[in-house]
Amino acid sequence: MTVNFNRRQVLATSIGAVAAANLIGSIGPAAANDSADLIKAFTGGKQAASGKVKIDMPEIAENGNTVPMTVSVDSPMTEQSYVTDVLVVADGNPRGGVVTFHFTPMSGVAEANTRIRLAKSQKIIAVAKMNDGSFHTASKDVKVTIGGCGG
Amino acid sequence: MASKPRMKLDKKEAKKGEIVEVKALVSHIMESGQRKDSKGNVIPRKILNKFTCTVNGKLVFSADFQPAVSANPYIQFKFKAVESGPVVLTWIDDDGSKIVGEDKITVI
Repeated sequence: MTVNFNRRQVLATSIGAVAAANLIGSIGPAAANDSADLIKAFTGGKQAASGKVKIDMPEIAENGNTVPMTVSVDSPMTEQSYVTDVLVVADGNPRGGVVTFHFTPMSGVAEANTRIRLAKSQKIIAVAKMNDGSFHTASKDVKVTIGGCGG
Repeated sequence: MASKPRMKLDKKEAKKGEIVEVKALVSHIMESGQRKDSKGNVIPRKILNKFTCTVNGKLVFSADFQPAVSANPYIQFKFKAVESGPVVLTWIDDDGSKIVGEDKITVI
C-alpha cells in the first residue's frame, strides 16, 4: 500500500465530511445514502415483513475495516420453499450496498458469513427474498469505534 | 495479485443430504474507490465483485460484493451434499480476471 494519511489530513477530511453531512442534513430529509433506494429496487416496492431473518454481528465493532457478519434466514430450503436472495445494506456508509447473497435449494441452509467495512456506527439491514415472492427483513445497530472507509 | 485462495470444507466425505460448510479466504486489496491518495486523486475502485460456488458443475451459492466488503474477503456458507464432484469457488475481479479455488466432496 502506498497510501499514507498523516494526522492532519485525516482530521481535515473528517471535518470536511462532517461539514458536508450537516449541509446535506439541513437541506433534505435524513436519507444518508442510497440504502433505502436499494431496498426498494430489490423488493420492487413491496413491504417486507419482519422476522425470519437474523443478522449476527458484534454490537460494538472496534475496527470498522473488518466486521464479521452472519446472515441467516429461517427456511426449509427445499425446492418448494427456499430463500433466493438476501440483500444487505448499511445506512451510514458512503454507499449503501454491502453484499447480496444468492441461495439455491442446493444451499441446504440459508446462512452466509463475510466481513464488511463500516464507516461509522450505523444500522445494517438485511432483506430476504423467498421463492414465493415474499420478503422478510431484519436490522441491527452496530457501534463502530474506528471507521473503515479509509478517511 | 492472482494468489491462491485458501478454502476448507468441514468434511471430505458426507452422507447424502448432509450439510457441508465451506470457508474461504482470498487475498485481494478490495480498493473501495472512495479513498484518495496523498495528492487528492481518487484511487480507482478495484474489487472482487462476484463470487460463485459450484458443486459438480451445479451452482449452489453465489454472492455479489460491493466495496463495503473488507479487504481479503472471507466467505463462509453451506451446501447440501447430493452428489460427489469438484467444489469450485470462483471470484471475479472488476478487471475481468478470475481467482479459482477447487476442492472435492465425496458423497457416501
